[in-house]
Formats: sequence, structure tokens, C-alpha cells
Amino acid sequence: MTARHLSAAQPPRPNHHPSDALLVAYGAGGLGEGLSLAVAVHLAHCPDCRAILAEVEALGGALLEDLPPAPLESLSLAATLDRLDCEEAPANPCKALRIRPRRVPQWHGMAAPGAAPDAIPALPSPLPHPLRAYVPSLDGLSWQRLAPGVRRVELLPRTANGGAAQLLRIAPGTALPHHGHGGLELTVVLSGHFADELGRYGSGDLAEVDGDTNHQPIADSHRDCVCLIATDAPLRFTGLMGRLMQPFIGL
Amino acid sequence: MRKGRRILAMIAPLASLLTQHAGPDRNRTGLPGIGQPARACADPGAASLSTDLVAVAAGDRQAFARLFAHFAPRVKAYMLKLGMPAQRAEDLAQDTLLSVWRKASLYDPAKAEAATWVFTIARNLRIDALRRERHPEVSDDELLEHEDDRPPADELLDGDRRARRLRGALAALTPEQAEVVRLSFFADLAHPAIAERLDVPLGTVKSRLRRAMAKIRKALGDDDR
Repeated sequence: MTARHLSAAQPPRPNHHPSDALLVAYGAGGLGEGLSLAVAVHLAHCPDCRAILAEVEALGGALLEDLPPAPLESLSLAATLDRLDCEEAPANPCKALRIRPRRVPQWHGMAAPGAAPDAIPALPSPLPHPLRAYVPSLDGLSWQRLAPGVRRVELLPRTANGGAAQLLRIAPGTALPHHGHGGLELTVVLSGHFADELGRYGSGDLAEVDGDTNHQPIADSHRDCVCLIATDAPLRFTGLMGRLMQPFIGL
Repeated sequence: MRKGRRILAMIAPLASLLTQHAGPDRNRTGLPGIGQPARACADPGAASLSTDLVAVAAGDRQAFARLFAHFAPRVKAYMLKLGMPAQRAEDLAQDTLLSVWRKASLYDPAKAEAATWVFTIARNLRIDALRRERHPEVSDDELLEHEDDRPPADELLDGDRRARRLRGALAALTPEQAEVVRLSFFADLAHPAIAERLDVPLGTVKSRLRRAMAKIRKALGDDDR
């Protein structure tokens, strides 16, 4: 059953969208996995941005089409058809030949055996589709306490280029430390609301912060705000509290 | 970091990049070069590539051969541009075409041109190979809510006309806009890294990309946002 069938009442469309530049970066494949995940979660909520993405991908198709074809050296149609035959054979003896080992997903958010699960339900159900590959089960999530009112689940450990993605759960009225960024930071709201200097954000809204922006998100509704935060570079917390928290928050 | 190192020289002149294709005429008889490295045949139009892709979903190997001849050398060129060694670029071109065969039933000609669809497959395989990362995406049948209020397929521009208008829009980009577009697609750089590479403010790169997309949007008839 698709999520569409499950949602009887349609939530409002997002009000805060990715910039065209961000959608180009996503569509061109220039974003790291965590940032791409944040964009994909927004896209799941936003038909307008899916339409723009379709235009970005059409642009990619036109650029591909216009590339001067590179002459093939060892690659041939015959060899490719052989691989097709091989893969479609019932015994399938050769499928493993060219399959590269896939990076094994690591569920850093899963509770270790014996860990006491934090039972407060905070994530929306159903989860936005792109997130399901990263958060296989709501029940197993183990929220780490970072600071008063702030808990976290790490979704993607820091990647080679310094990016990371995590879920943060922020209690009502809690302010995250003022922080600046060395690069892009995307926050997409999964449930609840938060506000910062740029506006108020609800489910599906994406806050895009780049360059020298400083901002201080505050969870401003009566219930926990759960959001996905993805970065392509470590954050620089500017306040004392931020400097104290940074080793723990790991953003 | 060698900031400010300009790479304008990398950017080939627009005129040579944005050559118009000859049109939909091509030889549809016979399999091109089985047993030989495939050669690019006469450029087919967007509509006939789409037709071939639909035929591939039904297991048509001649259609696959035509798609292979057209796309394999282009996907290889795409991988080379992104810095892949030649052999790796050919491996990924083969993987892309195999994926085209396997996933052809998912292709919807009303939603995208064949080149667009092949591009997304090549892009994802490139990310997987280069960075060992996934590209999280939203598939149409897994959408959370909101039916798209896009015009129905039969009101969209037909494939060939769409492709022509898109090329016209590409040709209308200023050199600065074309440069940031090409760096986005062919240098694996997001806008902050492009700003650093070109040594211009981030806001400048963002507004160039915004204006470039406005031209694309207008050409495709979606200028209402």
C-alpha cells in the first residue's frame, strides 16, 4: 500500500522550499548523500519542487545528448547482450561477477541490544519514503540525549567530505545554540514546528542555510519538533554553549 | 586550496556544445555492429528514442541496440568529463545501458524524454561508483500526498518539440550561466564549491543558476512559479 492511500487528510504543502541552485545541485548529482536525503524528503511533500526537479533532469538529459560521443574501445553491444543473457539465465551463474560490494548500511540510530528504548513516539507515520531506507523501524530508534531538550539519532555517519545527517528531536521552547556553517546545512521538518530568523517551519518545510549565515532554531510548538539535519561540513557553534556541545552534537 | 583558479578554459564554447541535431531521420534497419565496438549512428530524434525505450520494455533487442549505439558513447563521455578513467567510464556506460534494459518498464514517455531518463540512471551509478553513496530519491508511486496538479500528459509538449525548445533555451544562456550549469553537471560541484572554484560570491552563483532555470522553465512552458 502506498503512503498516498494511507493519508486521508492532506497536510498543507510546504511553504519553505529549496533554492533553484540547490535543486540543480541535487538533480546534477553534486550533493552528498545526507544533503540529498534532506532534499528528497522535501520533494516527497512538494509537487512544485518535483516539477522543477523534472526540469533540472531534462536539462541533464539535454546536456548528455549534446556531449560529443566518446568512441567505445573495449565496450561492445555484443558483450552487453551477453551480460543480459547471463543475468536472465535461470541459474544466473554470472550475476555476482560485476556486482560491486555495496556499502553496508549502518543503522547508527538503532538501539543496541539491552539499551532502554526511548518510548516517546515523535516521528510521523508513515515516514516520508526517502527516509525509510535510513530509519527501518520507529520502535528501534534510540534517541541519545545531547543537551536539555535535545535528542539525536545519527542517520549517516560523517562521510569522507565531512557531511553528516541526523534526526534531532527538540522539546518545545528549546533553542539550539547559535551556529554558523562552513558549508550547506539543510533542515527539513518531519513533525512539529521550529522558527528561526528566517521564518517558521512545519512539516516538509526545508530551511537552507549556507555561507556565513548564523541562525538559531527554536522549537516553537507545544510538541516536540523532529527534523532531519544534513550538513556538508562541520558546523561552527558560536556561543559558549555551542562550543561545549559541538563535540557531542557531532554536526 | 588554489582559490580563484579559473576554469573558463574548461568550458567549451557554447556553440559547439549546443549543436542542433539533424532531426528524426535515421536508419532503423538492422543491428548496428554486433561484435564490433558500437558506433554512433545518425542522431535520432527524441521521440524515436522514447519509442525505442518503450519497445525495450517489451524485450525488443533491436530497439536496445539502437539505444546502445546512441547512448553508450554519450554516457562514456559523461563519465570521462567527470574524471573517470576510460575503462571505468566504459564499465559504467555498460552498467547504465544494462540498467536501461532492466528498468525500461518503469519509463513513462509522457513524463520524460529518453535522454532525461538515461541521464538519471547514469548520474546515480556515477554517484554510487565514485562516492560509494546513494542518491535518495522520491519515486512517483511512493509520494506522500498531493496528486500532482500538472497538466495531463497529452497537454505537454511532445518529445521532439520539447527537446528543441530546451536546446533553444540552452543556447540562450549567457556564458556565465552556461558555465555554472556545466560545472554543476560535469564537475560534480554544488553551488558553494562552484563559488569557491570561480572565486565569485555564493549569491552570484545562485542567481546565475536561478536565471538559467528560469529560461529552461519558460522554454518548457512551466513559468508559473
